[in-house]
Amino acid sequence: MKKTTFLSVLGAVALLSSAAMAGTLEEVKARGQLNCGVSSGTAGFSAPDAKGVWQGFDVAFCRAVAAAVLGDPMKVEFVPTTGQTRFTALASGEIDLLSRATTWTFSRDTDLKLTFAGTNFYDGQAFMVKKALGVTSAKKLNGATVCIQSGTTTELNLAEYFRSNKMSYEPVPVDSSAEGERQYQAGACDVYTSDGSNLASVRASFKNPEDHLILPEIISKEPLGPVVRQGNEQWADIVHWTLNALLEAEELGVTKSNVDQLAAGSDNPETNRLLGKEDDLGKMLGLDAEWAKRAIAASGNYGEIFADNLGGNTPIRIERGLNALWTKGGLMYAQPFR
Amino acid sequence: MIDGNPAFVRGELLPAREPPAGEKGLLKLCRENFFRDWLSALLTVASLIAVLLIVHSLSPWLFNAVWNARSLNECREILNGAEGACFAVIRDRWAQLLFGFYPPTQYWRPVLAFGLMLAALAPILFPSVPRRFLLFSTVFPGLGYWLIWGGSLWLPLTAYIGLAVGGIAMRLTARLGGGIAAGLAFISALTWWLVASGPVTTALAQLLPLALATVTSREMGGFLLSIVIGVTGISLSLPLGIVLALGRRSTMPLVMMLSVVFIEFIRGVPLITLLFTASLLLNSFLPPGTNFDLILRVIIMVTLFATAYMAEVIRGGLAALPQGQHEAAEALGLDYWKAQRLVIMPQALKISIPGIVNSFIGLFKDTTLVVFIGLLDPIALSNSIRATTDWQGIYWELFIFIGGLFFLLCFGMSRYSMHLERRLKTDHR
Repeated sequence: MKKTTFLSVLGAVALLSSAAMAGTLEEVKARGQLNCGVSSGTAGFSAPDAKGVWQGFDVAFCRAVAAAVLGDPMKVEFVPTTGQTRFTALASGEIDLLSRATTWTFSRDTDLKLTFAGTNFYDGQAFMVKKALGVTSAKKLNGATVCIQSGTTTELNLAEYFRSNKMSYEPVPVDSSAEGERQYQAGACDVYTSDGSNLASVRASFKNPEDHLILPEIISKEPLGPVVRQGNEQWADIVHWTLNALLEAEELGVTKSNVDQLAAGSDNPETNRLLGKEDDLGKMLGLDAEWAKRAIAASGNYGEIFADNLGGNTPIRIERGLNALWTKGGLMYAQPFR
Repeated sequence: MIDGNPAFVRGELLPAREPPAGEKGLLKLCRENFFRDWLSALLTVASLIAVLLIVHSLSPWLFNAVWNARSLNECREILNGAEGACFAVIRDRWAQLLFGFYPPTQYWRPVLAFGLMLAALAPILFPSVPRRFLLFSTVFPGLGYWLIWGGSLWLPLTAYIGLAVGGIAMRLTARLGGGIAAGLAFISALTWWLVASGPVTTALAQLLPLALATVTSREMGGFLLSIVIGVTGISLSLPLGIVLALGRRSTMPLVMMLSVVFIEFIRGVPLITLLFTASLLLNSFLPPGTNFDLILRVIIMVTLFATAYMAEVIRGGLAALPQGQHEAAEALGLDYWKAQRLVIMPQALKISIPGIVNSFIGLFKDTTLVVFIGLLDPIALSNSIRATTDWQGIYWELFIFIGGLFFLLCFGMSRYSMHLERRLKTDHR
């Protein structure tokens, strides 16, 4: 008897708390604005332009989600977060979605009670050297001086890599990426190590980029993706499937410019399902039929977003590599829309 | 010996001759100050060489500066391999460094608020300005808030009415004794703010909507943010610091203990910790869905921090006063508050001026610490600007601009404090 009372009270509490938690979608709709946590400045991923409008790869994803949910890609409040404040901002409800080049790791997923809604960028730690050094492989870096940001996972990766390859190195600790660039350029170290995407953008900003070489070895796995709070499956689904819709759109050849035309109807049933012409998939997400169409129209499909912010249309010029579609030898693979 | 040749005595004074070449003008100055002995000669030559080297290496960078370009690469193309600064970034982004993301059509509002702030400060800082302008100084905080954040003018106005309500309550209950009257005044003002001000604001706004477009705190950044946080912190920390300093010297054990605990706790914790508390911890304590403005939270924390330091600075001034001053004030029949106001504080504050201004300047520069909690102060904005593909790789130009502005503001404060010290100098040392 007592046990059942206790259990029912527990159940009621669980119900109540889940009721309070559920409804990020409703909250966002009621607010008419998506609060999206981004980095206050990471080249290619997020930065405000001269007019104060945020631009970048992570920013474009926020806009796609806002377009899918609210119908307007500009209805996003970008909340600049730092490495320290990002998870608390998400947990406390200050932001609905964290899109800040955040690495998906075991402890973050389990211990920090986050839900990663997929991977939208596969990054990894790499090395940059001056061409004049004549090194072409990271295996030949024995005895090198390495500029490394202290207190980061890159520091640990570096130590593990050199130890397992039985090489020695001399670390030059730096405080930030900016300081690392300066030290490397000033010749304080032979090698600068950081995430590959970061190295590419740093190299692009040099006076003579062709004098520097990014070595082919990638020594760590850094799958970056959007993050939401745990315990709100519907919202996590929306974010996850918005990402999938952008990938699927690239696979099906749906772009920013032809999405309106294709949405009117096409011969391809997969395209029709994605753009809401067949099988009202949006309703199952709690959205309308044209959610994916709007998400794609916001900044284009995954390939377009990549090209506009990190790839060929920018000075950074990162190769697609692992971020190519699975049909082109990459890891980007959307679960089927049906 | 003297025959036939009488002693000759000159009848008039010789005109003073020029000192020898080595004993006058620039040469003397150089010899006495720069080449007095071998060591100083050596040091002079070494410093000259150092200065020349610095000028030699910096001048092409400064004189080749490019002011017209849209990106760092364009700068480099214009320079065509030559060494040169790329101040085009300042030209491109100066408005962002000053105002953050404040809507450009509304820039006149913070500018006007800044101008009015100077006008409001004038009667406080300079005695030559007529006293009646002090009235404007009391009105300014509400006006400045309204100009910068926008919204309805009735909101700050009803807040001021709350103060008036408190004042009236104090006047009416004055004969119940100072403490009780102050307490009642506080309670009635609080009641006004919590109960009446909301509906009154809505009603007045419907009658006569005096409103500016609302600007959210998220849109503020750059020097606007630094100045808002700095000025609020500075102007609140001085009066609160005085109260705390008096509290710490109070003979009432409870008041003294509370003051000591507050001061020691706040001083024992780094500012960055308090800022993290404001941005991270408070969020978890507040009920979900509450929207407690981040800048407001930061201002409160910065003010508390500055208050604790200010209290100790002023306590130093109080401790420097001879006991005779207290006794003399009491002998004149002044009560505690009158004695503090007329005898003790004017002297203690005068002694503390360098320390007070020191705290002010420190506080103003500490506002850049908000970069760690994701607020876009000038330093954070310089990172954001560097993160765009146009300007990646640019450092000195941005830091020179930011440093220059900070120097102007801090140097201004420091000059004013020296002026104040000279003006208040009454001792005969």
